[in-house]
Amino acid sequence: MSAPDGIPPDTAEGLDAHLVVDRDAFRLDITLSAAPGDVVALLGPNGAGKTTALRALAGLVPLTGGHLRLDGDALERTPPEARPVGVVFQDYLLFPHLSALDNVAFGPRCHGASKAEARAQAAGWLERMGLAEHAVAKPRRLSGGQAQRVALARALATRPRLLLLDEPLAALDARTRLEVRAQLRRHLAEFEAVAVLVTHDPLDAMVLADRLVVIEHGTVVQEGTPSDIARHPRTDYIAQLVGLNLYRGRADGHTVHLVAGPPLTTTEILSGPAFVAFPPSAVTLHRDRPTGSSARNLWRCEVAGLETHGDQIRADLTGELPLAADLTTIAAAELDLRPGAPVWATVKAAQTHAYPA
Amino acid sequence: MTPPASDTRKGGRRPGRIRTGVPFALLLPALLGLAFLLLPLVALLIRAPWHSLPEQLTSPEVWQALRLSLVCATSATALSLVIGVPLAWLLARTDFPGRGLVRALVTLPLVLPPVVGGVALLLALGRNGVVGQWLDAWFGITLPFTTTGVVLAETFVAMPFLVISVEGTLRAADPRYEEAATTLGASRFTAFRRVTLPLIAPGIAAGAVLAWARALGEFGATITFAGNFPGRTQTMPLAVYLALQSDPEAAIALSLVLLAVSIAVLAGLRDRWMTTS
Repeated sequence: MSAPDGIPPDTAEGLDAHLVVDRDAFRLDITLSAAPGDVVALLGPNGAGKTTALRALAGLVPLTGGHLRLDGDALERTPPEARPVGVVFQDYLLFPHLSALDNVAFGPRCHGASKAEARAQAAGWLERMGLAEHAVAKPRRLSGGQAQRVALARALATRPRLLLLDEPLAALDARTRLEVRAQLRRHLAEFEAVAVLVTHDPLDAMVLADRLVVIEHGTVVQEGTPSDIARHPRTDYIAQLVGLNLYRGRADGHTVHLVAGPPLTTTEILSGPAFVAFPPSAVTLHRDRPTGSSARNLWRCEVAGLETHGDQIRADLTGELPLAADLTTIAAAELDLRPGAPVWATVKAAQTHAYPA
Repeated sequence: MTPPASDTRKGGRRPGRIRTGVPFALLLPALLGLAFLLLPLVALLIRAPWHSLPEQLTSPEVWQALRLSLVCATSATALSLVIGVPLAWLLARTDFPGRGLVRALVTLPLVLPPVVGGVALLLALGRNGVVGQWLDAWFGITLPFTTTGVVLAETFVAMPFLVISVEGTLRAADPRYEEAATTLGASRFTAFRRVTLPLIAPGIAAGAVLAWARALGEFGATITFAGNFPGRTQTMPLAVYLALQSDPEAAIALSLVLLAVSIAVLAGLRDRWMTTS
């Protein structure tokens, strides 16, 4: 199929998708586009529709609407086996009865290569993944990290024009994860076509992807580069992911009037709907109302909960303004913080960040 | 886990060995039931004509019946595999209107009296049967009262065992392996052949053994649809029944052979069915 008129030639390359999937009470409706070489991460909470989107791209779930074009070819009616798409599944789904080599050779074999040819190609992929010595091993003999690389080799061996990865690191323990994440980043950087990965882990998304698409309740709530999203979260979910206090209100000069809560003073001058964000570390807590403080943002709060957060204590506060505050263990002890304790919280205007909503 | 109970650990006694006491009202009928099942088998062994057994078992009639039984049961199993495994796949992996009804109909021969099955086969495939008359008129094929008829009668009765067993295994198998195969470019049939089939092979083997054992013992449908012609349609169970009226010793000898085969089958399946979980 040729691209319809009116679409500039540069968008014909890569992925151009509008995925609509209706299922029971759930509706997925997202737009995705990516140029060859891009790594896009679909980030979102459980049940947001990330995996459904991935399955729709692979053809395992039919679209109820929208379109899917890859390098200008319409794929929405193409069955999964005929799509130039490779998938790395969440728990890899390596065929347990086949060796690592035959798992990787499966795709080339299905694409018409002879047995010897397919195995030669597979051996090449395993070599590239540093798995040459595990070629004859059955999947159950492989470690999590090795299995992940075999799954990646298997998906790449069909030379897909779209690579999909479903929670590629979720099945790994913390130590392996670090190492595999670095390897995966290298392999994805070498991959010339479009890669889409699904994850609920912001770190995975930010390390692996050039661009994040955040999905909540089946729709895209924000997209952009990792640094943009980390600095300008637009939903509570994202703010929580990147560890920021986030408020929505209406800006008037240096002041942002929150929808529910006290006005916040910021350094930016804005007008109209705006977000204000500041990190929990910017919050200072006081037992008594501070007198000589230059902070314009002062609220009376109550400790709702405490938890350790790395080598810090994170205090969950309710009251005039619900917020999270980070403080050292010593500071927490000196303030005698415990659930129910009244505290005063201050934030310097210079440490807040306001941006248009 | 469980709190340390030092007294039960003493003397190497395992925790499961604590005496719990079986109520007499349950124990008595249980033992009675056990005796009821075992006694006939023991009687068979006690009354076996051990001295004349070698002679009985080497007679050409016994060999003829045994060979026919093995050939027919194996052919019926093979036929069940060829048409039963795809049927099981259809029931387990696709959704079509009336699937529940089809599934119920497939399992009907499990509960149907085999003689009724034989009569039904006659009405369908007999010389004047619904399909049989055309087979006879067009191709000159006659099925009843032939060895092929034995195979068909046994397949009719035994295949549901295979279908049920394979369908259960398929339902337990992760369908996402088939999805993974299709994303690698495999058609649905290739995915079935190269991924699903090897994965469910143990279930197929168990179903096949079960079907084979059922086919080997088949009596009612066989005698109704295929008759009782030595060398052609007289399988072991038929031979046993016939011998019992003229030569009881031969009947016992034949029964021993079938018992031995059954025990062998059970031994082969012990990992699957004799270990309770």
